[in-house]
Amino acid sequence: MLELPQIYAENIHRWLPELLYYSLMTLKIGFFSFIVAVVFGILVALCRVSKNRLVRTLAIWFIEIGRGLPIVVILYIIYFVPPQLFPGLNWTWFSDFTGAVLGLGIHGGAILAEVFRSGIEALHKGQREAAMSLGMTPAKSMVYIILPQATRIVLPPVGNYAIGLLKDTSLCTLIGVNEIMNGAKSIAFSDYQPMAVFILVAGIYFAMSYPLSLLVRALERRLSTAQ
Amino acid sequence: MSKAGDGAAAGQPLLRIEDLQKKFGDLEVLCGVSLNVARGEKVSIIGPSGSGKTTLLRCINYLEKPSAGHIYIDGTLIGEKKSGDRFIHLTDRELARERQEIGFVFQRFNLFPHLTALGNVTVAPMRVLNLSREAAEARGRDMLQKVGLSHKADEYPERLSGGQQQRVAIARVLAMQPKLMLFDEATSALDPELIGEVLRVMRQLAEEGATMVIVTHEIQFASEVSDRVIFMDQGRIVEQGLSREVLFKPKEARTREFLKHIQDR
Repeated sequence: MLELPQIYAENIHRWLPELLYYSLMTLKIGFFSFIVAVVFGILVALCRVSKNRLVRTLAIWFIEIGRGLPIVVILYIIYFVPPQLFPGLNWTWFSDFTGAVLGLGIHGGAILAEVFRSGIEALHKGQREAAMSLGMTPAKSMVYIILPQATRIVLPPVGNYAIGLLKDTSLCTLIGVNEIMNGAKSIAFSDYQPMAVFILVAGIYFAMSYPLSLLVRALERRLSTAQ
Repeated sequence: MSKAGDGAAAGQPLLRIEDLQKKFGDLEVLCGVSLNVARGEKVSIIGPSGSGKTTLLRCINYLEKPSAGHIYIDGTLIGEKKSGDRFIHLTDRELARERQEIGFVFQRFNLFPHLTALGNVTVAPMRVLNLSREAAEARGRDMLQKVGLSHKADEYPERLSGGQQQRVAIARVLAMQPKLMLFDEATSALDPELIGEVLRVMRQLAEEGATMVIVTHEIQFASEVSDRVIFMDQGRIVEQGLSREVLFKPKEARTREFLKHIQDR
């Protein structure tokens, strides 16, 4: 433990640029899978509250399967199964990055769908009735009345999800994505310095997630004063 | 009757309700209610809770779908259309168009908490009538002035008293320039000292010639404002007539009993 400062002094100029380079991939996966998760989440939540029973049932099963499976299992299935199922197709576009974004996005979509649904249903039915009585169609009342209010309600859990997602990107190392954990592993074991490297990685993860956490808190404050 | 309607014809009631029935499961809430309301007429509906008066009001703009019977406004069928001999339900879009002409004031105001008072009043003119922001805000400010709340235009609902919230809700309805206004116990959720300001606004609307159907427990107000009073009990109209007659010289024993009960409160 005492040698740590010495080890960092000797190696940090090599390790840090490399790890920061890999952390860009972590951020990229985090960002894109968050977008995919939010889009899936909203669509599935709307299906979940649909009047159509078939649509509603499909949404429920998407949610149950998506959140009932470990992320790693989803990643493996998304990444390895389609090319084996349809070997005749061209799979060169389907990189480990695409698989990671889709896998995390689908899992996140299932989680966020329930968050969004509870946000929509938390609103008193009087809100919807007031909108309808003014001549709004269900779609307009959703867009102008329900979703803006639901957004405020769901912001804290969505923020928590985003922070969790940033950390879950580390699982993508298992399908070979060159994100920060993957980079760290190869450095740690080629230089025989696992302790120093993984502590450094912990610091980098924290440096990424803490600002996100501050951002979520600031957004929450802004929305609550706007009301 | 054709969908286009020949309702503008003079002498035809603005609102016509034919044998309206509503069941929730086995519970019969409305057991065949028929009612005409003329243009410019004010009709108050009174009755014990559970008598079906709120359900009747909610059926008029199809917040509740009637189990049977038909509703016409200006000769146009509400919530359904006739195809040959059959009545079929309107799509959400068609229904929304019809609701534009029917204003509904809720017992619990139901203001949109994420919008200011002005935002509440302008959102439907902008998003439903497609007015420009300038036009909608000009109209919205007029309506807020009418209910005496110009100075609160930029406040959010949670900063307003109950009476002020209900007046904003009335302004929100007025901004759509409805043909018919429905009031569902508009003062029941208010503290006693705030009831007066809402009744004043409603009285002013009545004097300006609005057509109003008012579900209320305010007997005094009903007697002053309405042309006609309807007493409902157990899903039926028990008695109706000129307001002074029904309220002060009721013919039916059940009406007398109810009025006595209300006065003893």
